[in-house]
Amino acid sequence: MKKIFALIIALILTLSLITAASADAQARTLDEIKESGKLVIGVFSDKKPFGYVDEYGEYQGYDVYFARRLAEDLGVELELVSVDAPNRVEYLTSAKVDIILANFTVTPERAEVVDFALPYMKVALGVVSPDAALITSVEDLRGKTLIVSKGTTAETWFTANEPDVNLLKFDTYTETFNALLDGRGDALSTDNTEVLAWAIENPGFTVGIESLGSLDTIAPAVQKGNDTVLAYINEEIQKLAEEQFFHADYDATLKDVYGDAVDPDNLVVEGGVVE
Amino acid sequence: MRDLAVLFKGNNLQRLLGGLGVTLELSLVSVALSIVLGLLAGVLMTLKNPVVRAVMRLWLETVRIVPQLVLLFLVYFGMAKTFNLQLSGEAAAVIVFTFWGAGEMGDLVRGAITSIPVHQRESSAALGLTRGQTWRFVLLPQAARRLIPQAINLTTRMIKTTSLVMLIGVVEVLKVGSQIIDAARYDAPQGAVWVYGAVFFLYFFACWPISLAAGWLEKRWA
Repeated sequence: MKKIFALIIALILTLSLITAASADAQARTLDEIKESGKLVIGVFSDKKPFGYVDEYGEYQGYDVYFARRLAEDLGVELELVSVDAPNRVEYLTSAKVDIILANFTVTPERAEVVDFALPYMKVALGVVSPDAALITSVEDLRGKTLIVSKGTTAETWFTANEPDVNLLKFDTYTETFNALLDGRGDALSTDNTEVLAWAIENPGFTVGIESLGSLDTIAPAVQKGNDTVLAYINEEIQKLAEEQFFHADYDATLKDVYGDAVDPDNLVVEGGVVE
Repeated sequence: MRDLAVLFKGNNLQRLLGGLGVTLELSLVSVALSIVLGLLAGVLMTLKNPVVRAVMRLWLETVRIVPQLVLLFLVYFGMAKTFNLQLSGEAAAVIVFTFWGAGEMGDLVRGAITSIPVHQRESSAALGLTRGQTWRFVLLPQAARRLIPQAINLTTRMIKTTSLVMLIGVVEVLKVGSQIIDAARYDAPQGAVWVYGAVFFLYFFACWPISLAAGWLEKRWA
């Protein structure tokens, strides 16, 4: 995984060099999309409950629910493209898709290469630990072992802010959760959406810290400078606040996963306003 | 054991087979093109012309050194960004796998041809065969036989490497597998073992007949 990641970075650098010297692939404007009758949106196809494919081969999830509405309100057909975390930016810069709706966390680095619309969700870090030795504050963690995935916000945040917490790092999510089950660490930290969902499925474990670190927002992204499409998404997000669209989206896609343990207002953002 | 059911939920089994279809279609088209172009390239690689040699050398080293994933990204994203040439994921995949397969196949063909003892060529000349006849009746048939084991190896390697196309948005058998695992991650947390197990068998049954056919051909021609 690490090797692939290094390769991808090297590649992106090479590609951006090539791009710098040549004409860019221009993303389609809103009029061009309407004319073609088809809106192309990049979503995850294996990140339940945000973007995934169900057992009948249909795309589902929180992001997909919004994608369907964007196409519907524009009066065009929707074409979904399966994207993965490392290549989301490339899909936009090379104009392969019109919009990325793949649980894209807004960061300053990303904002330099793509344009983010208003947020429709927010996340922070969460910490899950066994009930027998529940960890409810960062102070509890000092001197103990915390399991994290490499390259996640959890790794970055704890390295920068809590040097006394011993980090045990793994390459994939599955490995980190298995490590916690095996008792190889005292607690596990990643996005709160992930740990909350996991704790519900794994009795004996509880999310002792529900929100930690800086609050990140999740927003749709378009190619840099694609103002017509960006404006359309922003109008939609503001307009949909009236009908509390994202709460309905939460009920349809996330509620089953988080149950009653989570207050939807901790995750959902209406009208692009984060309080 | 309980989580085995995930394989039969909804259309999952058909979806996996459909994914295998995409895998096989991409790899078989690429393999067929690679064999045709590779035979041609192999003959060119045996030539003494320095220009031809240099070009062939450059091609071969490129496909050997540059990882296939980078080639895929260059063709799929790079072409779009540089020349505004929007290729589909499938087209990009066939281009890259043929570029790779034909290069490697060319080298195998070259190896097989040069391994044929020089007296074969000399004897053909002594019998009065023309250059074309020598290639057609003496060199290529013998080279083809020596080529089979390595060519099969390359073919199965290509089939397996097509799993990389998921990173340019093509949903093939392994991606379908990971979609199924993820969609069932709360209901069937141990489903991964069964889904990957099924994918293993699908790959196996795709590659095994090729190995069998190769064994049969080798015996028949030996």
